[in-house]
Amino acid sequence: MRDFIFKRIAAIIIPFICIYGFYVILHGASAAGGSFAGGIILGLAAIVFSTIYGLKKGKKKFPEKVLFCIESYGTLFYGIIGMIGIINGAPFLANKLAGIDLGIPGTLTSGGLIGLLGLGVGIRVANTLLILFFTMEGADS
Amino acid sequence: MELIVADYWIMVLLFILVVASLAIYFIKDLLHAVIVYGVYSLIMALVWLQMNTPDIAITEAAAGICVTILMMLVVFRTNRKEEE
Repeated sequence: MRDFIFKRIAAIIIPFICIYGFYVILHGASAAGGSFAGGIILGLAAIVFSTIYGLKKGKKKFPEKVLFCIESYGTLFYGIIGMIGIINGAPFLANKLAGIDLGIPGTLTSGGLIGLLGLGVGIRVANTLLILFFTMEGADS
Repeated sequence: MELIVADYWIMVLLFILVVASLAIYFIKDLLHAVIVYGVYSLIMALVWLQMNTPDIAITEAAAGICVTILMMLVVFRTNRKEEE
């Protein structure tokens, strides 16, 4: 898979895949999609990179230490964002009860904290996918 | 009960779904079975879209078509290397 055409097409298309993944994650509250689907799309962008450019280059770009760190801290990020509700005197993961301005319905910020929560979950899903891929691909060597 | 166009459309899709899932069982070559599984996932995504759940359709398209096929192909390649 080290073809010139593959590499050029991947270099052009991967940024757009990443933008689409972040779009699906951040618009999870108001449009179709969500953090899981967006995270899978983000993970697929990294998998496409490490399939076409080689496993060695992929592991150099996404070191396993960083992957494990981000996987743990994505969950921690979710918990910290949930704690905002408790700090403001409302239940865990509270959104409007915690005094967050939701703005106009239908816009990006009308989800309140859901976009940030989705970012944590999505990054975690992408990392898990990448770790799975690296583990399975590197099993034979 | 009156049937509308969408009902016939779903019937066609479900028929292809049944054919594809039976084909996965009967195909002997592993690579061909993985490809037919991709067809199954694509039709399933269209069924979800037809049932007005576009978010599930996106998830099915991403997880069912791309990730599952990719993981199966990776396992298939590893398995073939071991056999040689």
